[in-house]
Amino acid sequence: MSANYLHYHYVVPGDDFTQAGMASGAVKQILKQLGINPQTVRKMSISLYEGEINMVIHAGGGEIDVDIDNEKIVAVLTDHGPGIESIELAMQDGWSTATEQVRGLGFGAGMGLPNMKKYSDELLIESKVGVGTTVTITVNIDN
Amino acid sequence: MSGYYHSVTLDKNACRGCITCVKRCPTEAIRVRNGKAQIIGERCIDCGECIRVCPHHAKLAVTDPLSAIEQFKYKVVLPPPSLFGQYKRQEDLELIRAALCEMGFDAVYEVAAAAELVSDATRRLMEEGKLNKPVISSACPAVIRLIRIRFPNLLENVLPLLAPMEVAAKIARAQAVEETGLKPEEIGIVFITPCPAKATAIKSPMGTEKSNVDLAISVSDIYPLLLSAMNKCSNEGDGHDTAQSGRTGLSWGNSGGEAAATFTVRYLAADGIENVIKVLEEMEDDRLSDQDFVELNACPAGCVGGVLNIENPYVAVTRMKHLRSYRPVACNNIEGDKIPSELMWDAEVKPITALRLDPSPKKSLKMMSKIEEIESRLYGLDCGSCGAPSCRALAEDIVKGHSTEDACIYLLKDKVDAVRSSMLSLKIDSRDKSGEK
Repeated sequence: MSANYLHYHYVVPGDDFTQAGMASGAVKQILKQLGINPQTVRKMSISLYEGEINMVIHAGGGEIDVDIDNEKIVAVLTDHGPGIESIELAMQDGWSTATEQVRGLGFGAGMGLPNMKKYSDELLIESKVGVGTTVTITVNIDN
Repeated sequence: MSGYYHSVTLDKNACRGCITCVKRCPTEAIRVRNGKAQIIGERCIDCGECIRVCPHHAKLAVTDPLSAIEQFKYKVVLPPPSLFGQYKRQEDLELIRAALCEMGFDAVYEVAAAAELVSDATRRLMEEGKLNKPVISSACPAVIRLIRIRFPNLLENVLPLLAPMEVAAKIARAQAVEETGLKPEEIGIVFITPCPAKATAIKSPMGTEKSNVDLAISVSDIYPLLLSAMNKCSNEGDGHDTAQSGRTGLSWGNSGGEAAATFTVRYLAADGIENVIKVLEEMEDDRLSDQDFVELNACPAGCVGGVLNIENPYVAVTRMKHLRSYRPVACNNIEGDKIPSELMWDAEVKPITALRLDPSPKKSLKMMSKIEEIESRLYGLDCGSCGAPSCRALAEDIVKGHSTEDACIYLLKDKVDAVRSSMLSLKIDSRDKSGEK
């Protein structure tokens, strides 16, 4: 009846800033209940939030799958947006393709991917222009 | 159970077992069991929301009766800034000060005076640049307890200064000892509390081992007595200004006052517990790193919104604004270069692990998987009939062994329906009762 792993699936609606952060907020709450080290919770929460916001800003939403076991938390963010032309460029601090409108909302400062890199233990980005992007965030559980 | 004292409590006779408080509790610390509300001690932050919303006045704050002051030889009263917003026809601070003495107190020390010292110390600490920004105010005990339970990461951002009530109590006792020559324990330090959280903070202090406040009397208890004392005193007064605080200290009574007194422009002030939680979530995810100071008050509009106050908080804010306009900017500053140690925390404020399912993360993971499984079978209506605030909370309670699936009336109905249809499908009529073959 009870398993040694958890799986969560979230649908991130596109262009709805009022709902952005719902998935990362829910995951944060679960991790706290699991009694995971607060710093680890914070790492996952920040990187997942950035990923979630990116999906809303750039990709018209997408889906997030989160797997938690005793060793690690893995979040896979899948979208069918425009894709990233140069991942190397996108990883640089302050680089952004966000529209003026989005920047006006306080998003799109070009810190999303750099922050995800900083706070995750492993970050994998696979992207094809015109097809979409899959981001895999791994944070190790160190209790 | 938790070994933690709470001033928020329940009048069992008045409780009708409705789920108003269960639904409104910001930390999901209340359940209705056996028809009565029960507070889960380790989760309660004494914010007083349940007192605010209970339609049957079954939630109470335990405070001391006025008669308790008689045990002391010399009695010093500490009125909080918000008290000065409670009364109409009040021209200045003097009338309330005089009325408090008329009621039997020997001396008055305004908490707002201590607040000015805390403001000064805050500015100095922030200038030194040794604090983690954004700095979170340490004044609201409900907020600090919330951080300890739900946002332990942010404890390192909390201002390591005692709340003005505590600082006021230390100063008041020292002054009284000097003036009277009495022993410290012969002096009673009495705080007039606008909220249950402050009353709790006296019994279970934060940032210090033992509170210097001896008694907490609620504003609602003292209100009528103080009013009649004010009527007696209204013709007295020789025009002398004996008030101890200025605009800075008095503005601590409403949301934004403490933050403005830090003199930074990069500050944020949130009030009302739900708003406070939203701000803390943002801070935890590093989204408010451009702020210097964050003031958080559990009550709407700040301490004036304390659940033990009488006046509408917004009316009180307006009145205090008027009162303040006649006062100097501040009457109290720290003398010398060093922040007196009496203002600083002398005990660590630690996280409280009330949220985790089990001390072992491995076991927690298994429990969580069971919670998800049970929750998927519940209806998701969050009706509260089971006594838990949501279906999710019921699933957690079941896994923790505090409730059962039969507590859900919908699942129970499904079960009864299933029994009913299997009863109906039994072919009893076709049985041969005679036993003959």
